[in-house]
Amino acid sequence: MADEKEKESAELAVADLQRKVREAFEVFDHELNNTVDVREIGTIIRSLGCCPNEGELHDLIAEVEEEEPTGYIRFEKFLPVMTNILVEKRYRPIPEEILLQAFEVLDPTKRGFLSKEELIKYMTEEGEPFSQEEMEEMLSAAIGPESNFIHYRDYITMMVIDEN
Amino acid sequence: MGCGSSSIKIKKSAKTIRAALIIQNWYRGYRARLKARQRYALTIFQSIEYADEQGQLQLSNFFSFMLENYVHIQEKDPTLVNRLFGCAPQDDRGRQECVGIIEVPESYSGPRLQFPLNTNSLTIMIEAFKKQQILHAYYVLEILFETKEAMKQMPNFTHIRTCPTKEITICGDLHGKLEDLLLIFSKNGLPSGYNPYVFNGDFVDRGKCSIEILMILFVSFLLYGDDLCLNRGNHEDFLMNMRYGFTKEVLSKYKIHGKKILQVLEEVFAWLPLGTIIDDEILIMHGGISESTDLNLLHHIERNKMKSVLMPPVPVDKDSGTETKKNKGHVPRGVKLSGSPSDYLTKHEWEQVIDILWSDPRGKRGCYPNTCRGGGCYFGPDVTSKFLNKNHLKLLIRSHECKPEGYEICHDGKVITVFSASNYYEEGSNRGAYIKVGFCTTLRFFQYQVTKATCLRPLHQRVNTIESSAIRILKERMVSRKTDLIRSFQLQDRTKSGKISMGQWAFSMENTLGLNLPWRTLSSHLVLTDDDGNIDYMTCFHDIQIQKPVKEAQSALIETLYRYRSDLQIIFNVIDSDHSGLISMEEFHSMWKLFCSHYNLHIGDSQVDELAERMDLNKDGSIDFNEFLKAFYVIHQLDNLNKSNTQLA
Repeated sequence: MADEKEKESAELAVADLQRKVREAFEVFDHELNNTVDVREIGTIIRSLGCCPNEGELHDLIAEVEEEEPTGYIRFEKFLPVMTNILVEKRYRPIPEEILLQAFEVLDPTKRGFLSKEELIKYMTEEGEPFSQEEMEEMLSAAIGPESNFIHYRDYITMMVIDEN
Repeated sequence: MGCGSSSIKIKKSAKTIRAALIIQNWYRGYRARLKARQRYALTIFQSIEYADEQGQLQLSNFFSFMLENYVHIQEKDPTLVNRLFGCAPQDDRGRQECVGIIEVPESYSGPRLQFPLNTNSLTIMIEAFKKQQILHAYYVLEILFETKEAMKQMPNFTHIRTCPTKEITICGDLHGKLEDLLLIFSKNGLPSGYNPYVFNGDFVDRGKCSIEILMILFVSFLLYGDDLCLNRGNHEDFLMNMRYGFTKEVLSKYKIHGKKILQVLEEVFAWLPLGTIIDDEILIMHGGISESTDLNLLHHIERNKMKSVLMPPVPVDKDSGTETKKNKGHVPRGVKLSGSPSDYLTKHEWEQVIDILWSDPRGKRGCYPNTCRGGGCYFGPDVTSKFLNKNHLKLLIRSHECKPEGYEICHDGKVITVFSASNYYEEGSNRGAYIKVGFCTTLRFFQYQVTKATCLRPLHQRVNTIESSAIRILKERMVSRKTDLIRSFQLQDRTKSGKISMGQWAFSMENTLGLNLPWRTLSSHLVLTDDDGNIDYMTCFHDIQIQKPVKEAQSALIETLYRYRSDLQIIFNVIDSDHSGLISMEEFHSMWKLFCSHYNLHIGDSQVDELAERMDLNKDGSIDFNEFLKAFYVIHQLDNLNKSNTQLA
């Protein structure tokens, strides 16, 4: 009996997740024909709380694309893949402490800040480099137009508050 | 030796890369969530906008119903019937009679224009508008009369040609946003014989400078003829203007002469051409098409008979049987109308015009009624292909829908939407765009966004602004349907615990409000959820309430009046044909009875009577309906942290 109830509530949970995926998808389905532009898939996946990196995202897109890529992703292909990701809780977001430690790695002398030039260098030359637009946006949030330093602790705190 | 230090270097580098990856990953996630929130906010704005338009079109039903049942109006006030059905005895008040008596006083410090107009007139006017000066009613009326005469000569569709030396610029909806028009002129130059423009409708409503935009466009049209094409939009309609702000703008800027200006404008709007055709290849119209759009017919109809989309088509006379009542309204039997049937468009012609002003393209094949807006249809790529082929056209350029990037291409490149009012819903909501068409119909796209600050605010601030704005109007909508929503929640709350599941809550919201929105995602902004994931539904209404203008009035009544206040505004305005702002208690009673009966509202007569009595502040038997409607507004609890709660007597 207990098993059945557990099963039922698990099924309900999955159904709820599926509806959540559908809602997120529909907001980007401009033509209302159950497809979205492939360039928006990353945004959709991240808006559902997952944080794949660019490489992982690339692989996910390959999974949901048509055999002959059309530039559009169909909902029928997206739904099972995305639901699975949510059920398995993959691509969890990064905890605040880890993020802080990452900044501290880039600031080995522990000044408590990074200069604008340093941040630009790391973000556009290392890892999975930012585009110019991404870099500009990050800077506009992190520092004022006159300033040259990012006090990363404050920055992180501000971003976290904003998200919640 | 060498190996040792280089391996440290490699380790350090790997560590750096990992750190960079973490930060990049995190930031991309954060940024994507911001973009998604921006999208959600736009979806909210758009859904509510279209739902409002639907309400507007449904009003047409009410007018018919009202006339059918309100016999007194017909007998006592034949002008009301004429107003609604656009009968032809237009008092062709002589232009002399109208304008001739107005004098521009010495003290007037605004722009003074010479007639006949010249290029100087345009620049003087624009400079004055930049300084927020108001053009004197005398000049406004002169320009309107001139424009009317000139437009009468235009065919329904203006045919223009590209040539190697000049490009044609196409702009979409402006909606009274003067800053956008000025930005376009500063980037692209003023209109002239060398710099032709097409403006694709919706010049007015919502923004604050609709009349100024009209003046600029009409003067340019008078100066440059075919090089300045103006197409009619669904907002070039005096009944739409009553709801969406243009009427209010004119009456507040032109206190004495506003009424005259509005009356002449009605006619000018009706004379606006329906579309423009470039090189016999590109068709430019405001809305779109339907599967039955007949371009030949549209070329030949008498377009000035389409006064307003709310005005039903030709009356059916007693002998030819009843028409089935559809959303588009019908003229009831037994209504005596002056003027012959030839003063009206036929039903078929009327539908054709509605379709081209109200339709939207969609990805789904076929043609479906446009249920969001309540008028026109959704047309698919197959409908587009068929239409373009049949008429030997290559491209349809239309406007009518706000797009985040200012323009959007769909239907395999055969349909382009261009929208020129940036920040349409809220600061930061979208860009504006215009299209330049060159020789052999080559296209170039230009985008822009008006900003008050010298540099763009950070993304998260802009998103916060539009998000809170959108949630605010959504909550207002919710509180205006509070009774229905609570009933729906309670029906699902079997155990009477005050809680229901997320799925049940989303279902109620969608069905009661009639808005297709991502409810699960929005739930965190609207309602409290407990640890089990269940929704405490009464918390929907915790931080927002409708102000009660009169303490004793019951909540249900207040809610109804709040919900229908836009419709009531229009109805009152129509009844109040002399624009005095007052209607008699008798008129109020009768109209209210009809309204309740038609919209199926269960409000006791005595309640409304009492309310009306209280609102008759002068005790002289008349109601100032603007005051009446202003009394119904919504308080957002959070606002009260800053100001004190004022209660109206």
